Amino acid sequence: MAQAYSAGLTVTDSIILRKERILPLKGEVLVKKGDKVKADDLVAQTFLPGKVIPLKLANQLGVMPGMLQQFMKVTPGDPIHKGQILAETKGFLGLFKSKVISPIDGEIESISQHTGQALLREPKIPIQVKAFIDGVVIDTIPEEGVVIENKSAYIQGIFGLGHEITGEIKMVAKKPTDLIEDKDITPEYKDKIIVVGSMISLSAVEKAVKVGAKGIITGGIDDQDIKKLLGYDIGVAITGHEKIGLTIVVTEGFGKIDMAEKTFELLKQFEGKIASMHGMTQIRAGVIRPEIIIPLEFKEEELAAHETKVSSLEIGGTIRVIRQPNFGKIGKITALIEELHTVESETKVRILEAELEDGTKVTLPRANVEVIEL
Amino acid sequence: MSGKLTRILATDCGSTTTKAILIEYIDGEYRQTIRGEAPTTVEAPLNDVTKGVLNAVNELEELAKLRYNNKDIQFVKDQQIIIPRDGDKGVDAYVSTSSAGGGLQMMVTGVVAKMTGESAERAALGAGAIVMDLIASNDKRPNYEKIERIRHLRPDMILMAGGVDGGTTKHVAELAELVAAADPRPRLGSSYKLPIIYAGNKDASDIITETLADKVDLIITENLRPTLEQENLQPARDKIHDLFMEHVMAQAPGYNKLMGWTIGPKNGKMENIPIMPTPAAVGNIMQTIAKVENIEVLGVDIGGATTDVFSVFTEDLIFNRTVSANLGMSYSISNVLASTGLENILRWVPFDINSSDLRNMIKNKMIRPTTIPQLLEELVLEQAIAKEALRLAFVQHKEFAVTLKGTQKTRSIADAFDQTVSGETIVNMLSLDLLVGSGGVLSHAPRRNQSVMMMIDAFLPEGITRLAVDSIFMMPQLGVLAEISEEAATEVFNKDCLIHLGTCIAPVGTAKFGQPAMWAKIELPDGTVIEEEYTVGEMKLIPLAVGETAKVHFKPRKNLDLGKGKGVEFQTEITGGVVGIVIDTRGRPFNMPTDTTQRVSLLKKWMKELNVYPEEILS
Repeated sequence: MAQAYSAGLTVTDSIILRKERILPLKGEVLVKKGDKVKADDLVAQTFLPGKVIPLKLANQLGVMPGMLQQFMKVTPGDPIHKGQILAETKGFLGLFKSKVISPIDGEIESISQHTGQALLREPKIPIQVKAFIDGVVIDTIPEEGVVIENKSAYIQGIFGLGHEITGEIKMVAKKPTDLIEDKDITPEYKDKIIVVGSMISLSAVEKAVKVGAKGIITGGIDDQDIKKLLGYDIGVAITGHEKIGLTIVVTEGFGKIDMAEKTFELLKQFEGKIASMHGMTQIRAGVIRPEIIIPLEFKEEELAAHETKVSSLEIGGTIRVIRQPNFGKIGKITALIEELHTVESETKVRILEAELEDGTKVTLPRANVEVIEL
Repeated sequence: MSGKLTRILATDCGSTTTKAILIEYIDGEYRQTIRGEAPTTVEAPLNDVTKGVLNAVNELEELAKLRYNNKDIQFVKDQQIIIPRDGDKGVDAYVSTSSAGGGLQMMVTGVVAKMTGESAERAALGAGAIVMDLIASNDKRPNYEKIERIRHLRPDMILMAGGVDGGTTKHVAELAELVAAADPRPRLGSSYKLPIIYAGNKDASDIITETLADKVDLIITENLRPTLEQENLQPARDKIHDLFMEHVMAQAPGYNKLMGWTIGPKNGKMENIPIMPTPAAVGNIMQTIAKVENIEVLGVDIGGATTDVFSVFTEDLIFNRTVSANLGMSYSISNVLASTGLENILRWVPFDINSSDLRNMIKNKMIRPTTIPQLLEELVLEQAIAKEALRLAFVQHKEFAVTLKGTQKTRSIADAFDQTVSGETIVNMLSLDLLVGSGGVLSHAPRRNQSVMMMIDAFLPEGITRLAVDSIFMMPQLGVLAEISEEAATEVFNKDCLIHLGTCIAPVGTAKFGQPAMWAKIELPDGTVIEEEYTVGEMKLIPLAVGETAKVHFKPRKNLDLGKGKGVEFQTEITGGVVGIVIDTRGRPFNMPTDTTQRVSLLKKWMKELNVYPEEILS
């Protein structure tokens, strides 16, 4: 049967999931292979060298850099505290002394005879990595981090905002077509990850932040609402570190787009369960998409070797249209045409034929569909 | 090595695809005959770039067997490229470029941002790097912020400039201290020290060594700005290329093996030919063409994420390259909108569209970058966005390709009237001979006329300018090929790489639309003579095929200039292309009418005349 590779987002009620949790620089791994961990457990930590503060000592003392040595009260490597005298001139008959006071707690990194500059280093900053998902540590990478596996219901979003969170899933929408307004958001959604339908208005997002919701899962979102929310326009899709009070995962795209029935039903099925979710998106080499992970009960032997399934276009397969016309619609592939075909824009492309859910027969560029696995 | 190269293999290992081309000497000329491609294999699970290279070359081999109906043709044996050629087996040389793994990423430092800083940036960009940041003594950031920045960026290498020879050493020493304090780490691999090239005031070399030698892999080379009036970029660029091979490439999976494969004739014997960063190779072919044909060239490569602009201008053939890191047609399409604004995009669109729909369409393209416009309206919108991305990238290029800043000139009274100052752009559209476009939106536009319209609207060529697009983006391979055979590289560039679109004729100056602009007599090769008076505000298309030339006689009106002076008439010859001759009398600078009705009506008229889009969208 004819088939071809196609990009697709994973939406599944059960997957063996493997997550690497790695420190940004070398440090200490706090768990060992075989340990069972919860999402909020620390698995590794390290210390970032403290911030460096340059201090123009010679200038402040009013001496030449080469003469600095004789006035120093400290040497490189010495610990220092805020207010401590670092260097002092002798003055004239004990008067008119100039001195330089440390503005920080930390240590002396270096003192230069060429520039008269001292570098002070602040105390180390701890960096901690959490497990993010409930699971089992299946491997540790010495000094770097761990690999955790579990069995989960798993949904990849197309775009997101905000960092890693965990929270209980709560349906706000009744149907995947619902448009959610601020009146629909109530205090009962505090600490919850709320699921809306085809779109959520800006005022509803703001209300969700106000009531203390942890996250929002939506089909679509308006470009202008995101701009207002962030205070700037997103130029390149590299997100995940925004501080907007909650995490947002968009499952379909920009504008009002109904959430895929399968995604909506899956979230409904797991209403009340705790999910791990992040909005991290990077659409370049090494694609990162936002994720919603709902851990399931599992026995360790279930974590057996698994192979990654490459989604492909096959006759009879279900697809979603990801560009106009018919953007967002679901259909079944009826034919995969090998020859290049000229579409309305006169672009020559490889196409497929499909029947949409409403029975309409359409011809689509293969590049404009996504495989949906059922 | 003696005799002519008869079969050359060249690859470009891109971030996603490895492209192989075969160049053969057939019937007395070099031609690009076959191409193959395969996914690049730098990342897991394969982690070896040579796998992708072999896959692409295997495809090439299969296609060569089919083309020549000869099953004995063979390029690869025992997972190795066969060199030298022996009959049907092997090739005479193999060369390669690479931008896999994000290309060469550098940070540069200088004392004064607009002087030594800019020179360092020019050296790095010209060597094919992406400049992640320029740290300068006078860049207004507090020092602790600079240290944080240096620490957070993980470049492949740092180029440090600063100070003219014999000048003060204090500032450059201070910069070295900041770099030392940041203790920067290389991007790839943690097992080696970060390479830092020092190309600043030679008097500070000892201080730099004392400050940095223990912490980094320090290489000292000639000052890239020995005096304010002089820029000496080549030694620094050469060092960048050496380090790119020794450190960056050597860390990337499989490159050590690949580096042993690239062999060709140089200096009369077979030598190892270094792998070049892809943009450096593109710059190389541009410079080669400019030199061989003695012309000024401007080239653009618009990709999904970035737009590169290359130029060779002035009698000294000065080469410049800029990378507009966030202007592209997919990953960074949304940034084009953010940078230029909706109004500027919509001014190129000959129909009404809801602005919210357009914004969401752009964002959806950003998150699903591989989709293609199926609807004609969406194609028109994407091409309108491309015009703005190209225009903005070109603005940045013009601002960067300048005469040296900070120089002092002795002026006579006569010079006082000629307001040439240091830091002026050397990009002169009136003297430009050839404009080359590449990248999907230009090379694969459904109609070549669309590429012509995009390039004219974005770059606004002046006077007489040849237009071309790169057919399959083989400029990188030709750039590295030029290292072993200039002849083969230029011949293939003109015969197979470029698709000649035609020639644009655009008088410089402005007047009211409808006023007389110029008289022209065009003698076509079939004997037809077109003698016409053109008015300001017109676009006309006169077919003239590839390889054909027309004798022309132009007489611009007194306030307009076609390159010989205002109102000066002249005769010359112009060449054709797949589109033909485009007469553009809309004026330079070009000001699009602001009244919507007038604008839409004019756009439709120009697009119809140039046959850019089907009638139905322009009626």
